[in-house]
Amino acid sequence: MTVEARNGVAVDGSLGVPVEARPDQPPTGRRVDREFRSYYGQPILKVPVWRPSIPLYFFVCGLAGASGALAFAARVLGHRRLARGATFAALAGVAASPPLLIEDLGRPARFYNMLRVFKVTSPMSVGTWVLTAFGAAIGVAGSCELFGVLPRIKLVAQALGGLLGLPLATYTGALIADTAVPTWHEARRELPFVFAGGAAASAGGLAAIVTPAAEAGPARRLAVLGGVLEIAAVQAMERQLGPLLAEPYRRGPVGRLTRFAELAAAGGTTLLALGGRRRAPAVVGGALLLVGALAERFAVFEAGLASARDPKYTVVPQRERVEQRMEAARRP
Amino acid sequence: MRRELPVVSKPAAWPESYGSEAKPRVGFFTDTTLCIGCKACEVACKQWNDVPSEDFRWYGWSHDNTGSLGADTWRHVAFIEQAQPIPVSGDGAAVAPDVLGRWRDPDESGAPATPRVSDGDGDGGTGVRWLMSSDVCKHCTDAACLDVCPTGALFRTELGTVVVQQDVCNGCGYCVAACPFGVIGRREREDVPGHGLAQKCTLCYDRTRDGIEPACAKACPTESIQFGDLEELRERAARRVDELHERGTTDARLYGADPDDGVGGFGAFFLLLDEPEVYGLPPDPVATTRHLPSIWGAAVAAAGALAAMTLVAVSGRRS
Repeated sequence: MTVEARNGVAVDGSLGVPVEARPDQPPTGRRVDREFRSYYGQPILKVPVWRPSIPLYFFVCGLAGASGALAFAARVLGHRRLARGATFAALAGVAASPPLLIEDLGRPARFYNMLRVFKVTSPMSVGTWVLTAFGAAIGVAGSCELFGVLPRIKLVAQALGGLLGLPLATYTGALIADTAVPTWHEARRELPFVFAGGAAASAGGLAAIVTPAAEAGPARRLAVLGGVLEIAAVQAMERQLGPLLAEPYRRGPVGRLTRFAELAAAGGTTLLALGGRRRAPAVVGGALLLVGALAERFAVFEAGLASARDPKYTVVPQRERVEQRMEAARRP
Repeated sequence: MRRELPVVSKPAAWPESYGSEAKPRVGFFTDTTLCIGCKACEVACKQWNDVPSEDFRWYGWSHDNTGSLGADTWRHVAFIEQAQPIPVSGDGAAVAPDVLGRWRDPDESGAPATPRVSDGDGDGGTGVRWLMSSDVCKHCTDAACLDVCPTGALFRTELGTVVVQQDVCNGCGYCVAACPFGVIGRREREDVPGHGLAQKCTLCYDRTRDGIEPACAKACPTESIQFGDLEELRERAARRVDELHERGTTDARLYGADPDDGVGGFGAFFLLLDEPEVYGLPPDPVATTRHLPSIWGAAVAAAGALAAMTLVAVSGRRS
């Protein structure tokens, strides 16, 4: 029996199926070649079953959370027009969130089982409670704002929304970091900062669009700070991941999405920083930041799926850990 | 009646949460050197647990019909063909493999020569070694799936095993992304019971709770799948490795029997003849929730950064 090759591929997966023979490899970009063994090149991990409504939710809840924080700060410091716009942005975001989450469930009719327990070990559980409380607070604040009633209750609700908006904007980074997916788990210290930056950029960007330029100074500054943090955190994340695990961010369609997100964030930040006091640059800059933050969430999401799909990203880092331990054990 | 919301900071651990109702922890020892690849375990599992059938496929250019564990595959038999050099005896004739498919040193074993004859350059040619292994949920001591489950559907039984409550799960998919072995899956087929819900091996909870061994172990004709008290299985497995090493099968090693590994030891562990990744298993699995302090720390720090940015932006000079 001949064992060298069948269909041009080594029969023995354990001897290393040529990576080039695998059809699921994106065709372009730098690739990091490492020798590793696998079971016929099949994935070890399950590719997450989450659909695109999940990265869309990450964007929307980040926008809502940071808008809630911006609205409260603006209210306290007397930026009334800005506070009003940001409150409505938070309200719209938090209203769009539950459908996106429930739609993705295997059994949408059982969504309320999320509220059976509060589990600190499950960022999804913590996030569900934060989203629920934030939704209630912003719902009250937004209604009071809309109908111009109950100013004291509005302020309390606004304060709660402002505080809860902070974890709402960052817990999603913890949620995907708390998985076995290599590019997410190994970026666990950076992901919440990527998402916080994107949330600030999108909330500031949207507020800069809907608020008259003369009163949108704080929104523009938040957008610029957020854009800078987002770009810096993505850089830090790729450094932390190293050449192998950062590869999914740089190859194929995900690579193009990553570059688009970077360019949009950089362009929007620059426009708002330099020309934000004029209407046109403010609108274009804000829109670029929104699109950039959305694209970055999808890039993170898709890079994670790609890293789960290829056993290289699971086996090589783990094998290195094993070898290092064996090396350390051999030394006296 | 008022019911308080259960707040879980450390999901139910065995045996602490069961007190006097805890039973000895049970598990599997899968000795892959005994596996003949008959797939009786796959069939028995599907029958007992009403696991739906799958499309008929071949995977990995081999005899594998199920590919990997998942929602509709709770036992998976892997088939690995390995090219191995055939040693030759003094007269240039290649020698036969032992029962494990390994080519023994002819001088020690005195094994009979096979019809394959060397071409005279001292090379016995290339033979094939078969590795077959029945994979299953590891029922980890530190189970990431159980930790991240937001509904509490995943729980630890009084026997120390990990089970999904089908009437509680809402199919959020978090466990699927959290499992370091790619074991648990969401049943996507619409026309079968349990669709949309997380599915995996229950270690036949409806049998083991009554003291009956799981269907796969019952069906295994070679005792490759052994069920029992975990402590006893670990001792038995250590003895088996020693025995194999004495017989010259020096690549026999245990996978998942060490309570100090990244998941606190498996409830279902394995005896392998090659590196875990060759069988489609991760070489150094770590429960993601072991890093929860740094994960939550980063989320809190990032929330603080967002607060600081907001305050700086809003309190800054009016422009």
